[in-house]
Amino acid sequence: MNQMTALEKDVDTNEIKINASNVQVFYGESHAIKDVNVQIEDKTVTAFIGPSGCGKSTFLRCLNRMNDTIDICRVEGEILLDGENIYDKKVDPVQLRAKVGMVFQKPNPFPKSIYDNVAYGPRIHGLAKNKADLDEIVERALRRGAIWNEVKDRLHAPGTGLSGGQQQRLCIARAVATEPEVLLMDEPCSALDPIATAQVEELIDELKQNYSVVIVTHSMQQAARVSQKTAFFHLGNLVEFGETGQIFTNPVDPRTESYITGRIG
Amino acid sequence: MSDQHIASAFDRDLEAIQARIMKMGGLVEAAIRDAATSLENSDEELAEQVRKGDLAIDGLEELINEEAARVIALRAPTAIDLRLVLTVMKISGNLERIADYAKNIAKRTGVLAQMSPVPDAASALRRMAREVELMLKNALDSYIQRDAELAEDVIQRDLEVDQMYNALFRQFLTFMMEDPRNITPCMHLHFIAKNVERMGDHATSIAEQVVYLVTGDRPDESRPKADLTSETAILDK
Repeated sequence: MNQMTALEKDVDTNEIKINASNVQVFYGESHAIKDVNVQIEDKTVTAFIGPSGCGKSTFLRCLNRMNDTIDICRVEGEILLDGENIYDKKVDPVQLRAKVGMVFQKPNPFPKSIYDNVAYGPRIHGLAKNKADLDEIVERALRRGAIWNEVKDRLHAPGTGLSGGQQQRLCIARAVATEPEVLLMDEPCSALDPIATAQVEELIDELKQNYSVVIVTHSMQQAARVSQKTAFFHLGNLVEFGETGQIFTNPVDPRTESYITGRIG
Repeated sequence: MSDQHIASAFDRDLEAIQARIMKMGGLVEAAIRDAATSLENSDEELAEQVRKGDLAIDGLEELINEEAARVIALRAPTAIDLRLVLTVMKISGNLERIADYAKNIAKRTGVLAQMSPVPDAASALRRMAREVELMLKNALDSYIQRDAELAEDVIQRDLEVDQMYNALFRQFLTFMMEDPRNITPCMHLHFIAKNVERMGDHATSIAEQVVYLVTGDRPDESRPKADLTSETAILDK
C-alpha cells in the first residue's frame, strides 16, 4: 500500500480534509474494515468503489459516525477532520453531521413540505436568525441542489410528492442547507434514471467547488465521470487509492484491474 | 488477474479484433517481401499482386477501426482493455501505412525494369527490406506475446535501418553525379529506400504501442535516430 503515495504525485494536491489512519471496523466478531489509511482532499470528489460487502459503505459511514447508531459496531483507529479526531469524546455527533452531511441511496425526504425538509437542519442548528434569513437559506440550498426552478412555486407541497430524481436532489439540498464541509453520498444515483443521474452528477461537480465530496458507487463509469480520486476496496482492505484517470487506465494492483475491467478476480 | 471477462461476449469481441490484426500483419509482411522480390527480379506480375493486395489490407484496417469503436461504445473498456483497444487502432494504422509503402515500391518496379540496373542497389534494398520485415514480424510477435522486452529490442533496431538508408542515399548521390543517365533510376530507387526506411519507423511505432499496452507507460527514452540524410551533401570538387 506504500506505492500509493507515489501515484498521487502528479495530482494537484489540495488541502487534506479528512485524514483516516489505521481504521478498523468490527461488526461483532466480523472484521469489516482492515487497517485503512486514506486522505480525503478538500474541494475534490473522491469515489469509493468495490464489490458488494467490500466495506466501502461502512467506511463512508465512519466519516460522520453513522456507525454509532449500530450497537455491535466498533471503530478503531483515528479519523481526523481538519486535524481533529471525530471520535473524540468531546465531539457531539450531531454537530459533526452538520459539518459532514450525508445523502443516501434511496431518496428519503421527511414527510413534510419541501420547504420544511430543507429548513429542518438550519432550524435545529440555529443557523437562521429570522424567517427572511431562513427563506434565503432554503432558496440557496434548493438552487445548489439544482431543483429550485422546479419547486419554487410549490414550496409548501409535500416533499414525498416529487419524482424520485427530484426527491434525491431535494435530499441533496437538505444536506447542503447546513453548509457542511464534507458531503458523503452513498450510491446517490442507484434509484435514478439516466437524466436524473446526469443532473446529480452535474451537481456533484458544482458542489466540489465548495466541499469535499465522497461518493460510494457501484457504477464504475460514474466513479470515472465524477471523481478526481478513486479508492478501490476489496474484502475490507483499501487495495488501491489514486488519481481516477490512473486507476481507470493503468491500475497498479491486479485486483483493481480485475474489478474495473469486469474479470473474474 | 484472470484473463476472462465475466461477460464472455466481451472476450469474443476482443478476440475477433485480435484475429484481424494478425491477419492484417501477415498480409503486410508478405507485401514487404513480395515488393522487394519483385524489385530485385523485375517481376512485374508479382508487383501487380502487391498493388492489388493493398485493397484487402485497407479493408481490414477499416473493419478493425469499426470494431474498436463498437467495443468502446458498448463495453466502455478500462485499464488493460482500454489500452488494448487504443493499441489495436494505432497498430492497424501503422500496418496500413506500411502496406502503402510496399504498394509504392511495387509501382516503381515497372519503370525500373526498363532501365539499366544500378549496381548493388536492388540487393542492398532487399537486405534493408528484409531487416524491416523482420522488425515487423518481431513487433507483431511481441504484441501477441505481450513481450515488452522484445518490443524494446525492435525499437533499438530501427537504428540499423536508418544507417542502411544513409549509406544508400550517399551511394545514389554518387551514381547520379557520375552519370546523368543514372538520375531517373536513382530517383526511383531513392524513393524506394525512403519507403523502406519509413516502414521501419512504423514497425518501431508498433513496438512502442506494445510497450504501452504491456506496461501502461510510453517507452521513456526517445528512440535512437540515425537518419542523417537531411544534412548529407556530396560536394562537387
